[in-house]
This record gives sequence, C-alpha cells and structure tokens, in this order.
Amino acid sequence: MNPLAALLAVAPALPLDKAGKYVAAAFVVFVGVIVIYVAIMAVKLQRMSRELHELNAALDARANAEEARDRAAAEGAQR
Amino acid sequence: MYGKGLRALSLATFAALTATFALVFFYAPLDADQGFIQKIFYVHVPVAIVTLCAYVVGAVFAALHLMKRDRKWDLRSYVVIHIALIFNILGLLTGAIWAKASWGHWWVWDSPTLTSFLIVFLLFATYQPLRFSIEDPERQARYASVFAVMAGAFVPLNFVAVRAATATVHPRTFGSADGGLPSQMLWVFLLALVAMTLLFALLCAYEIASKQTKWQLRALRRRLMGSDAVAPLGRSAAPALGTPGPRREGSAARSPRNPAEAAS
Repeated sequence: MNPLAALLAVAPALPLDKAGKYVAAAFVVFVGVIVIYVAIMAVKLQRMSRELHELNAALDARANAEEARDRAAAEGAQR
Repeated sequence: MYGKGLRALSLATFAALTATFALVFFYAPLDADQGFIQKIFYVHVPVAIVTLCAYVVGAVFAALHLMKRDRKWDLRSYVVIHIALIFNILGLLTGAIWAKASWGHWWVWDSPTLTSFLIVFLLFATYQPLRFSIEDPERQARYASVFAVMAGAFVPLNFVAVRAATATVHPRTFGSADGGLPSQMLWVFLLALVAMTLLFALLCAYEIASKQTKWQLRALRRRLMGSDAVAPLGRSAAPALGTPGPRREGSAARSPRNPAEAAS
C-alpha cells in the first residue's frame, strides 16, 4: 500500500458538508494571510538584493578606476 | 549578523505547524457538542492568545525603550505590535467564520469577548497612524512608546473585565465549570499554542532582520557613493535605525554613529 493510501485509510472521514466548508475557510484564511505576508517579505528582499547588486557594481567600478589610475601612474613613471 | 538563528526558528515553526495541523485532523477527537466546527478553535484561540500576549510584550519593550533610551527596544516594540495586528486580524477573521458556522451570524455585538477583541484591535490600529503623523524619529519613538505602554496596560484589564462579565455565550477553552478540555484535545491545543508562538516569533525575527538590513544597505550606500546617492527619507511609521541622511526641511533627526550598532 502506498503511503498516501495508508494515510487516507487511517484518516477519519471528514464531514465536508456544511461544517466542513467553514473549517476549511478558517484554515485557508490562516494560511492565506501568512502566504501574503511571506510574499510581501519576498518583494522587500528582492528590492534589497537589487540595491546590493547596485552597490557591488559601484564598488567594482571604483576598484577598476583605481586600478586604471595606478596603471597609468606606473606607465608614466616608467617613461 | 542579522537574522541569526532564523533557519532553526523557521524549521521549528514549520515542524510545529505541520504537526499541529496533522494532529488537529487525525488525532484530536470530535467535540461532542460542536462537532467538526470545533477544529477552528485550534487556530482561532491560540492566535487570539498570542495576539493579546504580544500586545503586552510590545508594551514591555516600549517601557524598556523609555527607561533605557535605546532604539533597539523601540524597533522590537514596533515589530511586535505590527505582527500582533496581523494576528489580530487573523483572530477576528477565524472567529467570524466560527461564529457564522455556530451561531449563524458573522458577528454578534452583545458578546463581550468578540467586541472587546475588536476594541483592542481598533486601539492598536491607531499605533501606526500615530507614528506616521510624527516626522521627527526621536519624538516618534518616544510618543509611540508611551502609547504602547498605555494601550498594553489596557489589554490585561480588558481581559479581566470580560472574564468577570457574567452574561456571555462565548465558549471558554479552559473553562473549569464544564470540566475543561479532555486531555487529547488539550495536548493538541497546547501544541497549536506553541506553533503559533513560534510563528509569531519567526515573523518578528524576519521583520527585524529586514529592517536592519535595509538600514545597513542605506549606510553602505552613503559610505560608498556619498550622501547625494541616498534617497531622502520620506515620512514613515517604521522606526529610524541609523543616520537618516537627507530629510525634508524642518525635521530634526538624531544620528547614531553606527547604524548597525543602533539596530542590533
């Protein structure tokens, strides 16, 4: 017997009539609110990730400019 | 380091919630009086308990902020009340669903428990607009803390007053008059309470880590690219954690030297 069938075999018969839909609604509302919150956090995280990427790019640009300046200074000294 | 212990807390919350849901549907017996509808209580009651406790915790953090003048307590108080408001909405929604299933009405105004829970929600719903209305971060933090302490003190008073009310139709989960919960239900309920507490702590930890990282990024941008590269701070209900940088004219802002220090 597969695990899902075994689980269903021991599971009580859920009265999915009038009461069932209210219980389902309560649990769906609970999970739904948490999922919405997680989605908002994900958007915030994306924004921060983008900003971090920008700062990394700025840091790289600065390092490249310094490297080019040092190289030009070294070439000038050689001449 | 921000968000320390988040992974462990996330795993513990996931495990506790999964176990709770499994036990609610596969282990906890059906209530003799309410039947299947009583399953809503395993979400609704722990959420309501955590909400009320969180408001009191928010008040304690606010009092600590007033006593110690340390911004981290204002941040903690703000985040706890913020998440408690979300839990409060959850409590109201799941309660309304249960009321509809059991009483046939989404809301019953003559139930002291329901109405008082709504009053507490409306009271704390003014916390964010209060913060938003004050632009100076120092004054914002101080006034918000005073409000949080006063509102937090109202919560236990309100709870006791409602309990003392004689005419009530709202069920009591731990009511001793009817013998309380049977042990099978009680264990599942206690696990649900632990799961909701863990979920609350997890959401608070995520929110705090997010706010601290946002301010750290702002400080980093200023150091790397200069003050001009930092967008001016708009009016916000959230606490200011670090050097605010450019602000609108007419606002005075305190500037701790190290934002990470202020935030951690």
